[in-house]
Amino acid sequence: MTSKQRKAQHVIIKGTKDGLTLLLDDQCSLDALIHELQDKLSEHPDTTSNVHGPVKVKLVIGKRYLDDIQIKELENTFSKEMNVIIDEVDSEVMTKADAEEMKQNNQMTRIVKFIRSGQVLEVKGDIILIGDVNPGATVKATGNIYILGRLRGVAHAGFTGNEEAVICASSMTPSQLRIASIIRRPPENKENETTGQEMECAYLNEENEMLIDKLQKLSSIRPNLTMDIDL
Amino acid sequence: MGEAIVVTSGKGGVGKTTTTANIGTALALTGKKVCLVDTDIGLRNLDVVMGLENRIIYDLVDVVEENCRLQQALIKDKRFDCLYLLPAAQTKDKSAVEPEQVKKLIHELKQDFDYILIDCPAGIEQGYKNAVAGADQAIVVTTPEISSVRDADRIIGLLEKEENVASPKLVINRIRNHMMVNGESMDVEEIVSILAIDLLGIVVDDDDVIKSSNNGEPVALDPKCKASIAYRNIARRINGETVPLMSLEDQTGVFKKMKKFLGIRG
Ligand SMILES: Nc1ncnc2c1ncn2[C@@H]1O[C@H](COP(=O)(O)OP(=O)(O)OP(=O)(O)O)[C@@H](O)[C@H]1O
Ligand SMILES: [Mg+2]
Repeated sequence: MTSKQRKAQHVIIKGTKDGLTLLLDDQCSLDALIHELQDKLSEHPDTTSNVHGPVKVKLVIGKRYLDDIQIKELENTFSKEMNVIIDEVDSEVMTKADAEEMKQNNQMTRIVKFIRSGQVLEVKGDIILIGDVNPGATVKATGNIYILGRLRGVAHAGFTGNEEAVICASSMTPSQLRIASIIRRPPENKENETTGQEMECAYLNEENEMLIDKLQKLSSIRPNLTMDIDL
Repeated sequence: MGEAIVVTSGKGGVGKTTTTANIGTALALTGKKVCLVDTDIGLRNLDVVMGLENRIIYDLVDVVEENCRLQQALIKDKRFDCLYLLPAAQTKDKSAVEPEQVKKLIHELKQDFDYILIDCPAGIEQGYKNAVAGADQAIVVTTPEISSVRDADRIIGLLEKEENVASPKLVINRIRNHMMVNGESMDVEEIVSILAIDLLGIVVDDDDVIKSSNNGEPVALDPKCKASIAYRNIARRINGETVPLMSLEDQTGVFKKMKKFLGIRG
């Protein structure tokens, strides 16, 4: 019994309104965690069986790094007893590759070039393109797209799924706009067409509809885009 | 050492061969030593437009395969002592030669000629690669049609990747003034704004071009015809002269400005 009590310090399970939060010790071995989790789960009968669908589990793992296989292993430990999915992992550490990726996705790439028919410009993070995107050309970014020039081809912002991403252009007469998985073509009737005469931005509203607005609206649509500045 | 200029377009039938023949002829008129090279293997035309088809004995593939010496394959023009043609083979296809081989051949020609004009086949595959391999300069030909401009843009993108080729120059061919004025076709300004490269010249759509091609007499030989003057102007610009654009475009320009003034969008 004493040994069990000592082990019990490694795993703390908390119920929250969204599901379960697991606080996992970051010093012991992963095996120890898994054993202890098994013990705890078998001691406590499944109280969540009346909930529909899987229970969401959040892991708080401190300075431990878990890769996808290890997380799966933890999830499997659970699934012997109850239906769960691990939907959030809160860790204080990350791999170099992930850090690199994160850095890239937050960076701003500046390109001075005309993107021509058949060419695809793809970047991680935001892009400032100084030049035109011609018909038949594509610009893709995991973040936002800012074009100092004429957008006549395709622009795809947030192409890995970021629905907050925006597309701005000095002259907005695209053949197609995409944000995350939402696609928009210019209207077929010429009257509603953007004229390309003024700077505009495209974004998704709460209903995931793509809207095009004057650039002046951008700061209210996406307040997080701007840095604080006193004028 | 001479300069090799490839004439290309992406889209077929927009006037590469016509442009090659006429700029070549116009350059020869200014006394330059010029060699025209047809790289459209399997679909050779340049010899017909130049009226030299009957004189072909060897061709570009023969030279590359060392069936003959380069000098033996060169055909001297009927009209000019300083103009030569290296014809393409008609019985082979584009894969009969490699870019490196063409490059070597063009390099050899550059020793003897002021200008080597390379007629490129349509498309962006092997034939295109062969044609640009030895080039120092590029002329992109387009007509005022959207599809042609689109393909020109594609080609310009590819040419910009070629380290040895200077930034390409544009020739807009088969302009029909009345259509541009009426806004029924793209106008010069619009095309240049999309392609964003220097304009080398514009050539009107002219029945004389077709007639003279059929006779094997490039139109550039006829000093009265409008298209001929356009080709001669292009040749002079290639020679480094500053020649203003022809009156035709001036008219279009003036007209446009007038339309703008009147608030009509063309
Ligand atoms: N300025 C012009 N006015 C009238 N006809 C023209 C003009 N330029 C070219 N043409 C005609 O257009 C046709 C196609 O021209 P040409 O053969 O030079 O094109 P090309 O680009 O070399 O074609 P391909 O891609 O098949 O090699 C020919 O019949 C030619 O006579
Ligand atoms: Mg041709």
